[in-house]
Amino acid sequence: MPDLLYPLRRVGHLVVEGVWRFGFAMRFLFLLLINSLQTLQRLPLLIREIYFAGVLSLLIIVVSGTFVGMVLALQGYTTLNSFGSTEALGTLVALSLLRELGPVLAALLFASRSGSAMTAEIGLMKATEQLDAMAVMGVNPIARVLAPRFWAGVVSMPLLAAVFNVCGIVGGYFVGVVMIGLDGGAYWSQMQSNVDLHYDVVNGVIKSVIFGVAVTLIAVFEGVNAVPTAAGVSGATTRTVVTSALVILALDFMLTAFMF
Amino acid sequence: MVQRGTIDLWVGVFAVIGLGALLFLALKVANLTSIGSGVQSYVVYADFDNIGGLKVRAPVKAAGVLVGRVESIALDTKTMRARATLALNSEYRFSKDVSAQILTAGLLGEQYIGLLDGGDEVQLAAGDKIDITSSALVLEDLVGKFMLSFAEKPTNSTE
Repeated sequence: MPDLLYPLRRVGHLVVEGVWRFGFAMRFLFLLLINSLQTLQRLPLLIREIYFAGVLSLLIIVVSGTFVGMVLALQGYTTLNSFGSTEALGTLVALSLLRELGPVLAALLFASRSGSAMTAEIGLMKATEQLDAMAVMGVNPIARVLAPRFWAGVVSMPLLAAVFNVCGIVGGYFVGVVMIGLDGGAYWSQMQSNVDLHYDVVNGVIKSVIFGVAVTLIAVFEGVNAVPTAAGVSGATTRTVVTSALVILALDFMLTAFMF
Repeated sequence: MVQRGTIDLWVGVFAVIGLGALLFLALKVANLTSIGSGVQSYVVYADFDNIGGLKVRAPVKAAGVLVGRVESIALDTKTMRARATLALNSEYRFSKDVSAQILTAGLLGEQYIGLLDGGDEVQLAAGDKIDITSSALVLEDLVGKFMLSFAEKPTNSTE
């Protein structure tokens, strides 16, 4: 019988391992939060990480945001046109970006651009025993290396999502008004009368903050727990991107169910 | 390695762009000045026999101008009528005998409440109830009536 039970045992093993990892990640989050007071007192460290995580992601966020908005407007126009309600294009573009696409796509891009870089950097630091060296020198590696990266991600994520949204809305304006020739006033006024500050904008920002916490926590956690070899670091980097993407999509579904 | 000052500058630019984007979303996209967020408003009630497809946050308009929003809709279990709570912009005052009707924007559009001011000297105050109301036009009822009159016609003609 042992062969028949093997798949079941395998599933059980995966579940137990998953719960273990989740528990470790939460404990790690707790440690990060305890140690972040020191980090916030040393702003230059944080600013340096915001530069690497946020500023360097700006380009890809701007470009993808613009194109997503342009595609939304093109697709939305063809559908809305068949109902004769093309003036709702502004609402369509703004609401889909603010509620879903902005936070989710910005977080996915952020995870693959900055999250993977964080994991690789921390993993390599661990592989070359820099983290241990710091601990030996009496420098707390969590406060010095990990917490600044975590907070940089948490701060950058909502800003990047907002930039993504604005670029998308402007891209939608470009396609809808400049290229197709809809009325520019209707684009903005329909958007303004149908978008609510609390309901749509603030909920979108809350979403992106939560995604920021999730993505950077995963990135830093995977980096610290990477097997200290070349293969281990590359595996951790891959895991960061895959896990982040799955977590973002799952969280997004739950948040949407709660919020809207 | 990038210089400290350059990093500071770029992070500053990033923060300004990001906060600017948030501000843009709040002001230009969500239009902070619109009713329902931050604007002083007062609440009145209106009972309808049938609200049709009226939704919470539907607009309340007077002469086509947005003056408020539907805050909540509930069923009054005593009278079995629908009670809509309207939050109206404090800038706009109506007379006590104002009438409310549920209208549809276009043929398939969303439903909203239209207010028609009356002639009473006394102004509608917060917490008041709008007495004169007319229900939503429910398409099924209309079709039903039409079919009924259509079915009656042949019998009339034979008489």
